[in-house]
Amino acid sequence: MQGGRVTERRATAAPAIELRGISKAFGPVQANKDISIRVMPGTIHGIIGENGAGKSTLMSILYGFYKADAGEIFINGQKTQIPDSQAAIRAGIGMVFQHFKLVQNFTVLENIILGAEDGGLLKPSLAKARKSLIALEKEYGLKVDPDALIEEIGVGKQQRVEILKALYRQAEILILDEPTGVLTPAEADQLFRILARLKAEGKTIILITHKLREIMEITDTVSVMRRGEMTATVKTSQTSPEELAELMVGRKVLLRVDKAPAKPGAEVLLVDDLRVTDEDGVERLKGISLKVRAGEILGVAGVAGNGQSELLEVLGGMRPATGQVSIKGESIDLTGKRSDGQSRRSRGIAHVPEDRQHEGLIMDFAAWENLIFGYHHDPEYQANRLLMDNSDVTQLAARKMERFDVRPPNPRLTAKSFSGGNQQKLVLAREIERNPDLLLVGQPTRGVDIGAIEFIHKQIIALRDAGKAILLVSVELDEIMSLSDRIAVMFDGRIMGERLPSQTDQTELGLLMAGIDPDTD
Amino acid sequence: MEKMPKWADAVLVPLLSLLMAAILSAIVIFAIGEDPVAAFKLMVDGALMRSAGWGYTLYYATNFIFTGLAVSVAFHARLFNIGGEGQAMLGGLGVALVCLYIPWPHWTLAIIGASIGGAIFGAAWAFAPAYLQAKRGSHVVITTIMFNYIAYSVLNYLLVNVLIAKGSMDPATPKFPEATHLPTFRDMFSTADTILFRGSPANVSFFLALFACVFVWLLIWRTRLGYEIRAFGHSDTAANYAGISAVRITIVTMLISGALAGLMAVNTTQGEAERLILNPTEGAGFIGIAVALMGRNHPVGVFIAALLFGFLYQGGAELALWTNIPRELIVVIQALVILFTGALDNMVRMPLERLFLAFRRKEAR
Repeated sequence: MQGGRVTERRATAAPAIELRGISKAFGPVQANKDISIRVMPGTIHGIIGENGAGKSTLMSILYGFYKADAGEIFINGQKTQIPDSQAAIRAGIGMVFQHFKLVQNFTVLENIILGAEDGGLLKPSLAKARKSLIALEKEYGLKVDPDALIEEIGVGKQQRVEILKALYRQAEILILDEPTGVLTPAEADQLFRILARLKAEGKTIILITHKLREIMEITDTVSVMRRGEMTATVKTSQTSPEELAELMVGRKVLLRVDKAPAKPGAEVLLVDDLRVTDEDGVERLKGISLKVRAGEILGVAGVAGNGQSELLEVLGGMRPATGQVSIKGESIDLTGKRSDGQSRRSRGIAHVPEDRQHEGLIMDFAAWENLIFGYHHDPEYQANRLLMDNSDVTQLAARKMERFDVRPPNPRLTAKSFSGGNQQKLVLAREIERNPDLLLVGQPTRGVDIGAIEFIHKQIIALRDAGKAILLVSVELDEIMSLSDRIAVMFDGRIMGERLPSQTDQTELGLLMAGIDPDTD
Repeated sequence: MEKMPKWADAVLVPLLSLLMAAILSAIVIFAIGEDPVAAFKLMVDGALMRSAGWGYTLYYATNFIFTGLAVSVAFHARLFNIGGEGQAMLGGLGVALVCLYIPWPHWTLAIIGASIGGAIFGAAWAFAPAYLQAKRGSHVVITTIMFNYIAYSVLNYLLVNVLIAKGSMDPATPKFPEATHLPTFRDMFSTADTILFRGSPANVSFFLALFACVFVWLLIWRTRLGYEIRAFGHSDTAANYAGISAVRITIVTMLISGALAGLMAVNTTQGEAERLILNPTEGAGFIGIAVALMGRNHPVGVFIAALLFGFLYQGGAELALWTNIPRELIVVIQALVILFTGALDNMVRMPLERLFLAFRRKEAR
């Protein structure tokens, strides 16, 4: 294979993978409907689709986790049965899952041979594995210390271990499920370089993602899935992000956020020398100072884990801190009884937390119960002094759900039965409908499909245009760049610098995110 | 999407579990050379066919409603209160003190006073484990169990050394004054011609138990406190986000739970024994766990499960009385019911869920 170019004459090379007419249903839900796909050897093939489009189901069938109801699988032109993952490995398929399957207190080497030990004795197989591991690392430029413990290496390295695991088992076809979800932009770039190298060495790669940019950057061909069906397979060079988005969602999608210039007003949030020390005694915020004015969005960028979460949590009343914070000129308590979430809400602060499944929503509560969560003491929701007015709240909820386009608009469904995007709309509906002075938003579109992203962004802009102050935290640089009126970059618990989106670019922000100030060099 | 309809989860699963427990019990009875059909008939006859049998069944059920509700309320906050036994014992002490040392003019006032006394003492006994859990993270399962033993020893000491009736050899308080005696079902439902519930201990506190069911239902599903309890039970991180205090919810929930367990003493100590005796709970605190499990922590479910266990208690007593089936075997049968309805719940649920899914797929085609 040269350069991974797709050969036009099919007779010369059989596809590395061919699926014919794959169908799979879970109860009444048709997850995959008559899917056919051909992936040529030595290419990177992207599979893109919204959450729930059936991408993961399809790959699980290929890896032997599910049995297809109908359809055939061909590997290198040979019809192949894949009843379990062992069979998939024998057929030369390796899978790198979104959530790594590594033993935290084992070394890299131990993890790699886990399940592929030969013989009952560990020592000889470890020695053998070490040799082939070093060979593999050389061949593909995948540097990892074989004796490091998994818990001591970063996520980017852990992902490499997963890839090495597959290569050690002689995988010729690698499937990666949303591999960049946990990576920093720099780590993602490194991953892409590794994938290009693997491709050059003749491996076939299937990349599952919902990020258009990754597809455009690295794949040779791309298949789009929507509602269990394969809607198109095209050469990447002959398509555009706009076209792919339309194929994914089934209608025209605005990828860029349309917004008028901000008209900032008075200062709403003033933070001065904010410090947080966590349970382990580690200082997470090391003197943060910032301000947000009415009618503007301050975007806080940074690699996850540099204090952005703690900043939101302190302002949202979820953890104590020291320093000065004031809202509209009046200072708020950072410790003690009056520093909890309810006190914050009474001061006009609304909070869309980073983790909607564990913080923003109670997954087993009905939508109507979730729509008053945190505001449940509000007199508006009470029937009398003792009892809550459940039926009235349910009706209110139905109206809010309609305004925020939550589908299905049934307030009696539990939160967990909604898709990620609709769950996020529930949280936004609850927080925005309270008409707060300041909105804290963490990762507003994490795990949210494209159609809903557009809607969520519009709502945030609309709130800004209504003259409210917004503090936005996101690890998606694109999101920060397109929504923010000002950008603050956090690194290691400090603010590295502030930039205007019109006067900066991804490179400069990336340097700041890595703790390097380009101006001082 | 729900895996199976609600009615199947609430009715079919416990019914099938019960059926399996019954079949296994029948095999055990058959194995020791007795006739399972005759034994079952005897249980039904003894517990349900005569009003006196019902009088016992409902008496036991009353206890189990209180302890079942106690476990349920705590469980909504994901707190596993195993201390119903000790809290009910202390409730007995509260009831006894109120009945002995306050001169009540009439039982209607006495039952109010005794309820308050029992509830306060039960709640107080739950406070220490609650506080330790909330502030120190000491697991409430461990501490409530330990407090059961402490409760037993405290009661033992007080009955032997302090509260014992003068000149008596029996470690029990003197009989409560006449005015505190609660009307039994016999007093309430017998007419001049027919005497109902003869000799059975069921009394007016059964209605107190029904009232407690309504109270718990309102508390959990209609009040702000219940909302916060459930929210905290489902997700403590989300509760923190919403500004719901973990310390407050843990302590308040355990106090309510302990109070409900303490209320059981109105039935046993004031209603039946009319004095405080050693071991006034007879394991009802533990049965409450099974009742709550089987009743899915819902007051209606708790009520039905309590009736079932009341029947098992009374029917079991009949078996021990009239057959050669040893008393221990009755405990085995009760254990089987607990095992199947509680611990082995998934054994029935999972095949059923698969069945329902398969059924739906067929319909969808």
